[in-house]
Amino acid sequence: MALLRGQNLGCVKQDRTLFEMVNFSIEPSQLLYVRGQNGAGKTSLLRILVGLSDPAAGHVEYKHQDIHTVSEQYFQDLVYFGHKLGLSLNLNAIENLQFWCQLNQVNCTETELFELLAELGLVGLEDVPVSQLSAGQQRRVALARLWLKTDAKLWILDEPFTALDVQGIALLRNKMIQHLSEGGAIIITSHQTLDVDYPTSELLLEYRI
Amino acid sequence: MWKWLHPYAKSESTYRLCQTLLPWFSISAAITLISGLILGLMFAPADYQQGDSFRIIYIHVPSAITSMSAYAAMAVAALIGLVWQIRTAYMAMIAIAPVGAMMTFIALFTGAAWGKPMWGTWWVWDARLTSELVLLFLYLGVISLYKSFDDKIQAGKAAGVMSLVGVINLPIIHYSVEWWNTLHQGATISKFDKPSIAPEMFWPLMVNLLAAVLLIGAITLKRLQNELLRREIHRPWAVKTLLKEGKS
Amino acid sequence: MTASLLAVFKRDLALAFRQRAELLQPMMFFVLVISLFPLGVGPGPEILQKIGPGVIWVAAILSSLLGMERLFRDDFQDGTLEQIMLSGASMPLVCVVKVAVHWLASIVPLILLSPLLGLFLNLTLEMYWALLATLLVGTPLLSLVGAVAVGLTVGLQKGGVLLALLLLPVFVPLLIFATAAVEAASLQISYSAHLGLIGAMLLFALALAPMAIAYALKVSQS
Repeated sequence: MALLRGQNLGCVKQDRTLFEMVNFSIEPSQLLYVRGQNGAGKTSLLRILVGLSDPAAGHVEYKHQDIHTVSEQYFQDLVYFGHKLGLSLNLNAIENLQFWCQLNQVNCTETELFELLAELGLVGLEDVPVSQLSAGQQRRVALARLWLKTDAKLWILDEPFTALDVQGIALLRNKMIQHLSEGGAIIITSHQTLDVDYPTSELLLEYRI
Repeated sequence: MWKWLHPYAKSESTYRLCQTLLPWFSISAAITLISGLILGLMFAPADYQQGDSFRIIYIHVPSAITSMSAYAAMAVAALIGLVWQIRTAYMAMIAIAPVGAMMTFIALFTGAAWGKPMWGTWWVWDARLTSELVLLFLYLGVISLYKSFDDKIQAGKAAGVMSLVGVINLPIIHYSVEWWNTLHQGATISKFDKPSIAPEMFWPLMVNLLAAVLLIGAITLKRLQNELLRREIHRPWAVKTLLKEGKS
Repeated sequence: MTASLLAVFKRDLALAFRQRAELLQPMMFFVLVISLFPLGVGPGPEILQKIGPGVIWVAAILSSLLGMERLFRDDFQDGTLEQIMLSGASMPLVCVVKVAVHWLASIVPLILLSPLLGLFLNLTLEMYWALLATLLVGTPLLSLVGAVAVGLTVGLQKGGVLLALLLLPVFVPLLIFATAAVEAASLQISYSAHLGLIGAMLLFALALAPMAIAYALKVSQS
């Protein structure tokens, strides 16, 4: 059964057609790698898939229903990691994650958050305002969402490896494989070669003039 | 019910529709405008109080009335765009906006020019003039919001929301300004105090009103055509149209 | 649902508290503008009393415009807004909560300052009470309608002046009714009708604006 399906998707930005007639579907335990040059519309596609922007044509279905009609369930099963991290710079890591958990009705105690941040290599930085963390550390805080929302069925990740160091990349890669083996699905874009030990299907967006 | 609207969501058919309507609008606008002005400026009798200076009514009143209706038309286009997600509706909206702003400006200018002989000063905070001034600001807000976005689809939606906010506010603004004016009763005499206007003055006014409506229609149609071509310049139909019209 | 709204409420309050220096700026602007008027038109108590209500309201509108941009700017830029939209929380309600926090954090201090300004501009006690009442009913309207325009311009780099251009004409009726109420109070006439009109506009805005704000934010996202 297809978890997420895009049908005849088209996207127009500033009167330029980025892509049209894009079809794909993804099933549980599947990893979909969206490839394409800069400006081919990868980010735009992911934003359409999560429903942040509307496609110029076509529609997106979650479990065979339009994402706008089942948005409540879709958002419950989804983790989106975009270009913007979604962290308030004036709050610290714990406050940011606590806010996100409350927003998404994820139950998580403060001790669990401390343990998770330690696992992500952020010991001692828990109560520092996020603005004072390095780019890689900020990304780690944002990526903690993947650990927090344990019942998520679909991850949509836009360039998750950017600014991460070798350990960070390994950490994320292992987490991705674990998620896939537990029946989750992932849609990802990445400029690094996607060096994940897992069967991958690809969606190529061609750059159009 | 709205099935008939859908063909015009396609840019090319909208362009063709404009092409068909445009001559009718422009020719009848020219006829009514010229005849209305001749009737008003030469044949209508002079006012017993204001003499010939009252004749500015033949420009002032049609432009003032149509400036408000143009705003309403713009808001209707915005509503159609927002509800039915029709791209061409936003283009129609932004095609009307500057024309309406121009009408508002004409109304303000002629109002001020009329004020000089009547009140002895160019500007009086008369209720109607003040409403027109606020209306001009509302138009300018919508236009500059539209211009600020690079993505014109986004721009259309944003300007559409703003014009709806404006159209909801317009009656409130109108009545509040009118009320404010009576509150601060100054030296103003309302221009329309007279209970009735002589028929030989009235009919030229109606012809001019019709002329203003047709003129707005004609300019808007042409602007809409230009907007369609500019936005779809990469599409085959636009290229073909441009080439064909360039030859003839 | 209520849990996530509460979370937004608490977070926004915390953030406002941490940025209190930024919140102070519109307030100082408010006081400064008003103290410029006696310098400009002369210190005669009668003329100050005559222009007082209008001056205070114009200054309140301008200074609230200054602080308005803060409403969604940071959340838009750092992506928090995206995460809120994807949490399934009802966006119109979230917008109401955010506007409410913004009102508490940046407008209420302004209202608390108003006795001082009443003193500056030589308002009588009746006029002051009327001013306070119009500020209490009128400023939430300011914030609600303002939030629509902020939502529309949040994605633009050059939002500031545009925001004023969009909003000032829309605030004309509020300015008229509010200053008329204070004027009525100075003549010792009942001003409940004026307040009622402002209240009606507030209820009307409360019904429509949240949807418009949510839609505006969605447009800015795409």
